Amino acid sequence: MTLLSVQDLRVSFPRPSGGRVEVVRGLSFDLGRERLGIVGESGSGKSMTGRALMGLIAPPGRVTAQRMQFDGTDLTKLSEKGYRALRGARMSMVLQDPKFSLNPVIRIGDQIAEALEFHTTLSAAARRAKVRDALEAVRIDDPDRVARLFPHEVSGGMGQRVMIAMMVVLEPDLMIADEPTSALDVSVREQVLAIMDDLVRRRGMGLMLISHDLNMVARWCDRILVMFNGEVVEEIGPGGLQAASHPYTRGLIASLPKLDDTRTELPVLDRAALARVNAEVRP
Amino acid sequence: MTQTLTPPGEKAGGQDAGPRVARGLLAAGGVLLTVALTFLGLLAITFVIGRVVPIDPVLAVVGDRASKETYDAVRLSMGLDDPLLIQFGRYVGAVLQGDLGQSVATGRAVASDLARVFPATLEMATIGILIGVAVGVPMGVLAAARQGSWVDQVIRVVGLAGYAIPAFWLGLVGLVLFYAKLRWVGGPGRIDLFLDGMVPARTGLLLIDSVIAGNWAALRSAASHIVLPATILGFFSLAYIARMTRSFMLEQLGQEFITTARVKGVPERVVIWRHAFRPIRVQLVTVIGLSYAGLLEGSVMIETVFSWPGIGNYLTTALLNADMNAVLGATLVIGAVFIAINKGSDLLYRLLDPRART
Repeated sequence: MTLLSVQDLRVSFPRPSGGRVEVVRGLSFDLGRERLGIVGESGSGKSMTGRALMGLIAPPGRVTAQRMQFDGTDLTKLSEKGYRALRGARMSMVLQDPKFSLNPVIRIGDQIAEALEFHTTLSAAARRAKVRDALEAVRIDDPDRVARLFPHEVSGGMGQRVMIAMMVVLEPDLMIADEPTSALDVSVREQVLAIMDDLVRRRGMGLMLISHDLNMVARWCDRILVMFNGEVVEEIGPGGLQAASHPYTRGLIASLPKLDDTRTELPVLDRAALARVNAEVRP
Repeated sequence: MTQTLTPPGEKAGGQDAGPRVARGLLAAGGVLLTVALTFLGLLAITFVIGRVVPIDPVLAVVGDRASKETYDAVRLSMGLDDPLLIQFGRYVGAVLQGDLGQSVATGRAVASDLARVFPATLEMATIGILIGVAVGVPMGVLAAARQGSWVDQVIRVVGLAGYAIPAFWLGLVGLVLFYAKLRWVGGPGRIDLFLDGMVPARTGLLLIDSVIAGNWAALRSAASHIVLPATILGFFSLAYIARMTRSFMLEQLGQEFITTARVKGVPERVVIWRHAFRPIRVQLVTVIGLSYAGLLEGSVMIETVFSWPGIGNYLTTALLNADMNAVLGATLVIGAVFIAINKGSDLLYRLLDPRART
């Protein structure tokens, strides 16, 4: 069943010198209740894609699409109010760094309860119980204590688990995770991903995992879209990483360091060749 | 010795309130100590100023036609031949007993003069800052929330006007328009002439004193006299507060946690007031505190235009008459006000920002 269907999504911003620059150029994909990875280098448009889907691109940024359908709702025609009803309740987004994405002066429990506050009519006590459940779901041992803490009092890994709890407390259908582990210590990355993966599978949510880490995405996702320069250059199915054919993907794979490797220099992307390929693909 | 110490781990997890109360008392003691030290520093500065200015305190007492013998006798009796440290000790002792010396110009004790003029300024400055905060903060928040819109432009112009228009001009125009022409407000002075002195001075704040006395006519009159100068003061602090609020808000609205709030489907009003405004309260306390301290120094312009018997007026008159005791006394009061506002802001920080508590 298709949860999200996007066709020809374009995001553009005005250039200071006049005209507009497109950062997402005609992206199309369908997402079911599965785990879709979006990979690409910095500036390839992957984060903008996530924000455009959430309706978070503010003017002067502009989002257009031939079709952007979320579970029967036409997102292109949705008002801000309609979007607000979806956000937090049916679609949510985990941001990169809990140091910046959690409000420093509001207690963790209150921040998690906020989605409940504006989407449900639950009593304060019922909200507290839900917050405790959500914190337990991200494997926080003493949820009542953590709920009373401020974000600066928890570690990065725990902060990101709090962030996930905040985004799943209302059991949304779609979760976008925008570089959810890039700001974390290597030692807790896998743990955070495992928690997220477990939640997504158990609740049957659709996950869009945005990252620059090809290997990580390959490990946790059913399908991968490789983005370059605002466009999807390749789609990779399950276990198909080695079969990838596009020179950009091959370049990304080739430039990954390996433990038993004795190369002194890692290969880098041949951008001139990429520009040629891109020019051929485009009519 | 070592056995009596509790291990740090136990202390942190301890549930009895004893250590916490002790820590609080210790912190309060520390605050008092720093306040006392700062005040001592302030006294040292006013003392040194009093010694280095080229005004002979003896001449001020005996007049310039006194004989050499009288001059020397008075000098001796004033203790000006003693070592500086002893003189300073005497000065501190006198100040602590509330003795700031005699004012040459008014012939009264400086302390009782200040007790009369400072409340006049305090009353006006307090109403002024309340207006400045009540209007300036929402204006700044609105300007930031609608950045670049016409609302933002209008607020910018109002803010610029607050910087550019001289206070005395606004005061005069205000008097001509609202007092002389429209008769909406009272004229110069703190109260109508025939009510002057009718209310016994308890706090020195006329509005409060007339409420205590139950004299409603006096309250009405005092209110109609204070509204114009206080509004003008409020307008000037408003310009500054609105501008600072706007820039603090814009900084917060660009933060990642604002996106998080929107992702949760939080209404825009809540995004602005809960998520962006709460973190800037600490910065605002600083700005408002400085603004308030500035107003408490007394606006000489406004006090002159409105014949307001405040500390700004008093200090200026004292300076022009080389009335050193009055100048030093007023300086001391203004310095003490700064210390008090600074310490007050410090306490508020701890209340408003969880990060400042640890």
